[in-house]
Amino acid sequence: MAYFKVESLVKYFGGLAAVNGVSFEVAKGEIFGLIGPNGSGKTTTFNMISGYHRPTSGRVIFKGREIHHLKTYKICKLGIGRTFQVVKPLGRMSVLDNVIAAAFSRVNTMAEARELAQKSIEFCGLSHVRDVLAKSLPIAGRKRLEITRAMATQPELLLLDETAAGLNPTELIEAIDLIKKIRDNGTTIVIIEHIMHVIMTISDRIHAINFGQTIAEGTPVEVARNQAVIEAYLGTDYA
Amino acid sequence: MDVFLQILVAGFLKGGLYALIGIGMTLIMGVMGIINLAHGQLMMVAMYVTFVLHSFFGVDPYLSLFVAMPALFLLGVVIQKYLLNPLIKAETILPENQVLMTVGIGMVLTEVIRFIFKSDYKSVTTSYTGATFFLGSISFSWALVVAFGIAVAFTVAMFFFLIKTDLGRSIRATAQDKDAAILMGVNTRRITVITFGLGTALVACAGTLLVPVYYVFPDLGGPFTAKAFIITILGGLGSTVGAIFGGVTLGLAESLGATYLGMEYEDIVGLTIFVLVLLFLPGGFKRLTKV
Amino acid sequence: MKKRLYPLILLAVLAGFPLVVEDNYYQHLMILFLMWVVIGSAWNMIAGYTGQVSFGDAAFFGSGAYAAGLLAHHLHVSAWWGMAIGGLAALAVGFPFGWICFRLRGAYFALATLALNEVLRHGTTIAESFTRGMLGIMIMPTFVSKVPYYYIALGMAVVSVLSVRLLIRSKPGYYFVSIREDQDAAESLGIDTHFYKMLSLAFAAFWTGMAGSLYMNYMGFIDPHVVFSLHDISIMAILVGIVGGVGTVYGPTVGAFIMVAVQEMFRSGFFGLFKFLAETTGSESVRALADVLTKGHVLGFGLLVVLVILVLPNGIVGDWDKIKKKVFRIHSPA
Repeated sequence: MAYFKVESLVKYFGGLAAVNGVSFEVAKGEIFGLIGPNGSGKTTTFNMISGYHRPTSGRVIFKGREIHHLKTYKICKLGIGRTFQVVKPLGRMSVLDNVIAAAFSRVNTMAEARELAQKSIEFCGLSHVRDVLAKSLPIAGRKRLEITRAMATQPELLLLDETAAGLNPTELIEAIDLIKKIRDNGTTIVIIEHIMHVIMTISDRIHAINFGQTIAEGTPVEVARNQAVIEAYLGTDYA
Repeated sequence: MDVFLQILVAGFLKGGLYALIGIGMTLIMGVMGIINLAHGQLMMVAMYVTFVLHSFFGVDPYLSLFVAMPALFLLGVVIQKYLLNPLIKAETILPENQVLMTVGIGMVLTEVIRFIFKSDYKSVTTSYTGATFFLGSISFSWALVVAFGIAVAFTVAMFFFLIKTDLGRSIRATAQDKDAAILMGVNTRRITVITFGLGTALVACAGTLLVPVYYVFPDLGGPFTAKAFIITILGGLGSTVGAIFGGVTLGLAESLGATYLGMEYEDIVGLTIFVLVLLFLPGGFKRLTKV
Repeated sequence: MKKRLYPLILLAVLAGFPLVVEDNYYQHLMILFLMWVVIGSAWNMIAGYTGQVSFGDAAFFGSGAYAAGLLAHHLHVSAWWGMAIGGLAALAVGFPFGWICFRLRGAYFALATLALNEVLRHGTTIAESFTRGMLGIMIMPTFVSKVPYYYIALGMAVVSVLSVRLLIRSKPGYYFVSIREDQDAAESLGIDTHFYKMLSLAFAAFWTGMAGSLYMNYMGFIDPHVVFSLHDISIMAILVGIVGGVGTVYGPTVGAFIMVAVQEMFRSGFFGLFKFLAETTGSESVRALADVLTKGHVLGFGLLVVLVILVLPNGIVGDWDKIKKKVFRIHSPA
């Protein structure tokens, strides 16, 4: 039984197929990369996994249980956390309060939530801005807050949507370190990323899609050499 | 059967005016993303402009369109520029501040008018106020038919303006995607100001056309704001075609309700439609027609 | 430490007030003030903390008032029983309403509350055989003195403010604010946004309904236009919430005090100051001005809405730092 499985997912918006038959399996403990050009259907796939969109057809299976009909908050409670490509900080709450709100998904008292939040903040290295309002964080801080918040919901599986976009080289290295640390801590990760350097370094396996369909899957080296992937990214002239 | 037809005709004619009210509201809704809860009150002000022109200067209500519409256009411009636009930048917790502002504006307009004219019902009697003609056994009120004609003319003109002119295109662009419109070089602040002016001018037109067949009093703003709001919900927020359907539907429903249920149910009919739409067709007619 | 004492000092002052001030008029104003603390706190919970702005608080206020009134009128039981029912009646109205309307986002909710109030107002007006329509409902007040009402109102105000305080410092409070800030993010953090919006609305409806039944008991008379009034209840509730401070625990208390004072100022022509001036000076123009002021209380309200939103969108408590900077030129350390 696969740990996490997406089975021929299809999503139509009006008459347009955003995702058209994507299937993949993720093993427990791996970092699984999802790549593809802009508009290829990566974020839509994430939105279906996390319950923001209902798939037109297909299934999402987590630990043997179908979850594609569940509401977003229930999926979070089952242990799937996510970050947003376009960050969604709870602007007028402090960083700590953002994370406390997330921690309440696992505990009920203020004291426990605060403790869990503190742990998550330390783990992700945001202690220095703990009491800052989320809206006043720079972009790197906001991206990290997304991860910190998701971690406070204690996910078994974490969906990261372009957490490295817009970061400078130093911040990139920190982000990569953090993602590895999260995995080493026992969380399985599915990551969408545009920066090839990042996805190639950290992924165990990569799944490439284009126009909503699978075009390749394999280790980073295999995918990088794949003809279809090169065509999708660079156009047929370069292939 | 004749009674029924008569009611349909009356409702349909009234619906033409409602459509005009609704289009003004939906234009503002589309571009600003807010419901203007001073819409009926602005119409009421236009009606008083017409009333004053008629009773002090003897101007025919139809001629006073040329005064009432530009005057209300200006009032709308001033409101948008100095009262609503400054709120966009302000740091606030409540997202509905602009809507609340329109409530305040509506209250101020009503009370200022009440100060000047007292709460009395005024009416404008013209030579054609009671005039009717017959088609078969169905009677048509001249004033309502003319009003309907002018309302249709303005609606068509509005469509032409929105589709064919540069300014109209900018308005539609702003309504569809404000950020994209800004990137395309549209001065969206100016567009919001013009749109609010236009929406106000349209409702002023409807108000002026109503004057010969209706009473004028300060408190009529509230009920008409409610009507405008029901029409927009019915048609789908921001949809111009929907507003026309919504207006006619409300006109017909009110006429039928008033005849078969009793006069006191006229307002209830609108509210019932509102609740039903909210329950069973959130998104209004726009959902069905996709326009 | 000092800050923590302020509410206690305020409470002590309020508790002692009717013992010191025996004037009926001022006791009446204070009862209204306390009632508005309850309504303001309720509105603040759903609008200020949860971000779902209600334009139709009168719907809940009126439901509570009519529940108490109808019970006394039809069953001849003491209206105090109605008091217990008032909050529940408002809940019964709020629950199905929220269930339907929270499926829609944004301005829909605000406008739907407005419509709900209109439906109830028309409904009570038309259903004459049951509600006596425009004739209204009159009951005999239980107490002659205002003091018992004062302490009941004070009790309700204290409990409502305390419950806001308690709630927002616990899980539901965090969830309410998260929903206000970003509903999508809130869902992703495991928050059942529909349930928590309902919870917040239930809180607001309950307390507003309680205030309504207090009003019925205290004033002894209601009719549809009084308790389902857009200006005097719904807009007043919003002003109480905004003037004091949106999303702050004590904001509505400050707002209620200011707004009741302002309302009375308009109603009484600055507490009779202008009338007094007119009588002493005998000037016709002052008399006319006094007249205008008394009649213009709705206009004053309208102007106040416009001004408050333009200048103090987050209220006196919420914009306190801004006020300090602008008015007192004190720069608080960052």
